[in-house]
Amino acid sequence: MNLTASLSLIAPELVLSASSLILLLMAAWMGDRHTQTISWLAALALAAATILAVPALSGGASGLSSEAFGGQFRADAYAAFAKILIYIAAIASILVAPAFFERLRAMRAEYPVLIVLATIGMSIMVSANDLMTLYIGLELNSLASYVLAAFLRNETRSAEAGLKYFVLGALASGILLFGMSLLYGFTGTTNFAGIESALGGGAQTGALFGLIFVLAGLAFKISAVPFHMWTPDVYEGAPTPVTLFFASAPKVAAVTLTARVALEAFGGQVEAWRQIVVFAALASIVVGALGAIGQTNLKRLLAYSSINNVGFLLIGLAAASLAGVAAMLAYLVVYVAMTLGSFVALLLLQDRTGEPLETLGDIAGLSSRSPGVAWSLLVLMFSLAGIPPLMGFWAKFVVFRAAVEADLLLLAVIGIAASVIGAFYYIKVVKVMFFDEPADREVAAAGGVNWAILIAAVLFISPLGYLLTGWLGTLANTAASALFIAA
Amino acid sequence: MIQTFAFYLFAVLLIASAVLVITSRNPVHAVLWLIVAFFNGAGLMVLVGAEFIAALLVIVYVGAVAVLFLFVVMMLDIDFAELRAGFIRHFPLGVLIALVLLAEIVLGVGAYRAGALELGAAGVAAEPIAGRSNIDNIGALLYTRYLFLFESAGLILLVAMIGAIVLTHRERPGSHKTHQNIDRQVRRRPQDATVMTRPDVGQGVEL
Amino acid sequence: MNANILLIVFLPLLAAIIAGLGNRALGNVAAKVVTTGALFVSCALSWPIFLQALGGGMEPTVVPVLHWVTSGDMRFDWALRVDTLTAVMLVVITSVSALVHLYSWGYMDEDPDQPRFFAYLSLFTFAMLMLVTADNLVQMFFGWEGVGLASYLLIGFWFRKPSANAAAIKAFVVNRVGDLGFMLGIFGTFLVFGTVSIPEILAAAPGMAGSTIGFLGYRVDTMDVLCILLFIGAMGKSAQLGLHTWLPDAMEGPTPVSALIHAATMVTAGVFMVCRLSPMFETAPVALAFVTFIGAATCLFAATIGTTQWDIKRVIAYSTCSQLGYMFFAAGVGAYGAAMFHLFTHAFFKALLFLGAGSVIHAMHHEQDMRFYGALRKHIPLTFAAMLMGTLAITGVGIYWLHAGFAGFHSKDAILEAAFGRGNEMGQFAFWMGAFAALLTSFYSWRLMFLTFWGKPRWAGSEHIQHAAHADHTAHAGHADGDNPPAQENAGSDVHHSAPHPAAHEGTAGYHPHESPLSMLIPLGVLSLGAIFAGWLFSHAFLDSAAFWNGSIFYNEGLIHAMHGVPLWVKLTATVVMLLGLFGAWLAYIRNPSLPGQFVDQFRLVHRFVFNKWYFDELYDFLFVRPACWLGRMFWKLGDEGIIDRFGPNGVAALVAQGSGAARRFQSGYLYSYALVMLLGLLAALTWVMM
Repeated sequence: MNLTASLSLIAPELVLSASSLILLLMAAWMGDRHTQTISWLAALALAAATILAVPALSGGASGLSSEAFGGQFRADAYAAFAKILIYIAAIASILVAPAFFERLRAMRAEYPVLIVLATIGMSIMVSANDLMTLYIGLELNSLASYVLAAFLRNETRSAEAGLKYFVLGALASGILLFGMSLLYGFTGTTNFAGIESALGGGAQTGALFGLIFVLAGLAFKISAVPFHMWTPDVYEGAPTPVTLFFASAPKVAAVTLTARVALEAFGGQVEAWRQIVVFAALASIVVGALGAIGQTNLKRLLAYSSINNVGFLLIGLAAASLAGVAAMLAYLVVYVAMTLGSFVALLLLQDRTGEPLETLGDIAGLSSRSPGVAWSLLVLMFSLAGIPPLMGFWAKFVVFRAAVEADLLLLAVIGIAASVIGAFYYIKVVKVMFFDEPADREVAAAGGVNWAILIAAVLFISPLGYLLTGWLGTLANTAASALFIAA
Repeated sequence: MIQTFAFYLFAVLLIASAVLVITSRNPVHAVLWLIVAFFNGAGLMVLVGAEFIAALLVIVYVGAVAVLFLFVVMMLDIDFAELRAGFIRHFPLGVLIALVLLAEIVLGVGAYRAGALELGAAGVAAEPIAGRSNIDNIGALLYTRYLFLFESAGLILLVAMIGAIVLTHRERPGSHKTHQNIDRQVRRRPQDATVMTRPDVGQGVEL
Repeated sequence: MNANILLIVFLPLLAAIIAGLGNRALGNVAAKVVTTGALFVSCALSWPIFLQALGGGMEPTVVPVLHWVTSGDMRFDWALRVDTLTAVMLVVITSVSALVHLYSWGYMDEDPDQPRFFAYLSLFTFAMLMLVTADNLVQMFFGWEGVGLASYLLIGFWFRKPSANAAAIKAFVVNRVGDLGFMLGIFGTFLVFGTVSIPEILAAAPGMAGSTIGFLGYRVDTMDVLCILLFIGAMGKSAQLGLHTWLPDAMEGPTPVSALIHAATMVTAGVFMVCRLSPMFETAPVALAFVTFIGAATCLFAATIGTTQWDIKRVIAYSTCSQLGYMFFAAGVGAYGAAMFHLFTHAFFKALLFLGAGSVIHAMHHEQDMRFYGALRKHIPLTFAAMLMGTLAITGVGIYWLHAGFAGFHSKDAILEAAFGRGNEMGQFAFWMGAFAALLTSFYSWRLMFLTFWGKPRWAGSEHIQHAAHADHTAHAGHADGDNPPAQENAGSDVHHSAPHPAAHEGTAGYHPHESPLSMLIPLGVLSLGAIFAGWLFSHAFLDSAAFWNGSIFYNEGLIHAMHGVPLWVKLTATVVMLLGLFGAWLAYIRNPSLPGQFVDQFRLVHRFVFNKWYFDELYDFLFVRPACWLGRMFWKLGDEGIIDRFGPNGVAALVAQGSGAARRFQSGYLYSYALVMLLGLLAALTWVMM
């Protein structure tokens, strides 16, 4: 494995790293007045990285040829699939930000740079083929995220979000590191494939401990119950564009990373971790749904909604099959679209003074004041609730089908039943928008970019999206099979 | 023999001081206990022959990090009563969790001791290069095999730096006096800042 | 001809859809024109078919419409079957329906919901046509339920009136009881014959005679069970004794509805069904005896009640019930032709009587109580003339030796002769019951006429009239109702019934009844012609012509001969009792108006029993309604709310609410509690792995 080949495999990351440095210098020299320019350049860099990641998508490089730096890094179709999704979410997070921060006079050129750096971290995460790579990627992303959460440093809520995220994140990192050291101690290697071959088919208690600790550390990142506690507070406190970012890209990275660790490093220990994943999945679905019911803050509600969705994603993982992973990836795509759409719709809602409308009371009777946003939210909420013919239904359907095929019938049944509870609060949002007495707050929609993203997201999850399901399913299958060829 | 003795000494002290870090009610004491823990950790590193890491622990953690902690702790306005209230409330549960965790880890390690597992797959771990010092070996690995991770770690530090600036740096547009002008500072020569005077005895200096 | 049949059946449906969906947007006039026009076209297309059948030798025509069901052994299509029997029904339905549509132009003129009314009427007509053209039992059941639905909608047409709603529900529920029997009959028929196609069943029926089947744990005769079950369905729809209670209450609906549905067409569906399946019934002697008994009993029972009622529409309703009894016992003794003939003539004169009554009610400003009528002969002479024709027809006025008379004379006499000619005990029973009922029929019909058109005006007692006389004639048809005055047992005292208006103008209260508009009078005229001539014109075909029926009903040649061979006194019985009834009515209501009061005083118990309709409603209330209410309340309170809701939806909802509360409480906002939860989770996972 020579250096040139390795470098060519990390081309997207290279582009992003170089751009982040250049943009940082630009930010330092040009100051905050040119934030718009820097934002667009950052988006451009991410777009370039997306294009660079596309070739790997069709499964071009697999096995050894996709490994860089002596097996620390892998650029296979699976990673490419996740990366593209992450980059798109990152682009959206960058583009919606200026309008939001400018109102608060808090727009700073570091924002796009930090997003790009966090994205590099996620990029490394999804390509990680080694515990050390995993940790570096995770920390790079986490550290940037902590800063982003506290980006509105003058607002207590934002600062509180940053602090909570940081402290709990540090705890999770500790757990993760402890698990990794256990694994290294028991297997003598940090490489995923090495761990699997060292473990063989057996399930040593010590290594399993390492596995549990590692999974727990990752579960924090994907906010699966019971490692979800930070999510509502952080999502609510963080600036809305940042929340949009948290709810989309890191979820993709952490979920795909978890799947890779579970299936590549612990492919022989499926029975050991499956029950735990099943429990986390069901607990996430139920707690996410129950928690959301009592919420009046929309960001908080969407935070619980993301916990709820993570549960469905984990069902795909619990299946531990090619179909399960493919379903999980498909669900991720739909989830990202729905999340981006919901938060962008939220960003569009502000009153005349630019104060954002964030509570259920604020959006009462929205249909009469801002029908475009209201109808978009209706589609999004119905899709999140999994009501056909929207894409949310398709996503849930493929996940449950995979679970049933993997003989996890009970899991599927309970999951479907619990998703009914979830439907309650999604539909409640619709009810508030369409049937309640209009609140007396005016709505002044903003931002052409926001509208474009919202429309794209709504179109994608609308029945029109079904035109893409065949293509999407093939891609997800190719990506998922990369995971199983390697294993 | 002496090594075994030293190991257990360092290990016991390390754990004891770590316990004291989290149990001491005075944050200053806690940081001091932390420093003790670092020292003992450094001692353990010396025992396994990783003298460079031992030095790092002392220089970086004790010399920089812990001292920084002390500064921060001393600057904080901490309401100890409130801190303690939550701590005491959750203390029994915390102890219980710690005990269970400990027991399980001991069990896990015990299982390992029972054998059945080959430690360290051959060819994966880096062979120390004979005749070179610890620091040489680490350097060589960092810039070859772990180049990618090393550079990525650099990015992490960059993020930390940006974070610190983003979260703390404030521009005060009204006051130019506090605003640094690096160019001017760099251009400044001694003759711009200092004046040589030779006042006579008994005469004051007027500036 | 196929296209014509399709048009006859589906034009009313089309009109109903247009008028019903168009509703207010379409407007009153358009809706009326569309529906009435469609019905007149249907009517015009129906008569040639009937006349062709009259010529004799009409072959059954089957018009396939759609493939319907293929399920295992069961397969049947939508198909319209038209033979002589259907042709008779077609003219009855379309003619009366068309005339009622026209009549409603005037009668419903002031109603705000006219498009809905006309849509319902047309929908009913469609369902009724579907019923009579059915080629299989399932399709017949479709029509059967369709007319039930339309009847429900029309009885409850004035849905703001609680009594109308109650009546509609009652009609629906009582019919359900009958429908259960009908359904069981259909199921049983399919079980036995393996098909629901009517021609196939009828062809196979004789082969099944005498076979037995297990039913409710007993071995019983197959055909008897099937026919009795089917007949129970007919009892419900045709308001026979036991399941008759809904028909009088159904008078809450607008009067044209009563004329169309509850006199001429729907209530005769049971008779039609028995005639349609006559080859089947002929193989079931016990069932036939049952039919005869129920028919004869109803015939007399309803007539007794008819003599005591004060509400003009209720009198006619009981009269309908009674006449249906005639038809059934005619069918029961095997004289299906006579049954159909009476159905045919009855449709005309009963529709006439109802529409005439409607005209009277219209004239008397929606007063329906005959105690507040009187002396209307001179005020509304045309209505009087029509009512007179109807009364002459229903009482069966005619001269035997000339073989000429009003419609009822031909049909009712034929039924009585057939019953006598049957020669068995059940026939004898039916004959005597029928003869006595004929006397009562004559009595109550003339009582109605005398109370309404003769005597002195007694209008002042009516609140409706008071209201109308004081206020302008602004009250519209939406208020047309029949809130009956409190039952007055003493007929003699009703003249003095509360007359608050000082020195009421000789009992008229200053009110001037007005003759109905032309749209109402034309149907009366046409139906009068029917009441006069229908019997005379068609009696030969219906009664004596096997070629006319051409196998569409079971034709008993022997019975026809026996019918013609009965002694002269039998043939004269009907006429004699008719005259007796007329004389009695004249005596009691013209000659000596105090007589009814004395009679009532004398036989207080008997009168109360009859006046309260033999306490059927009270009996059912006690036997079925209260226990059902109690049972339903128990299931509702204990079963549904107490168990299912409590542990089902409400329980789950409460659980969700509690869980949501718990989730929020956990989310305390304190870092250490978050960390604690994380560690607990970790610990749980580790423990799980250890085990």
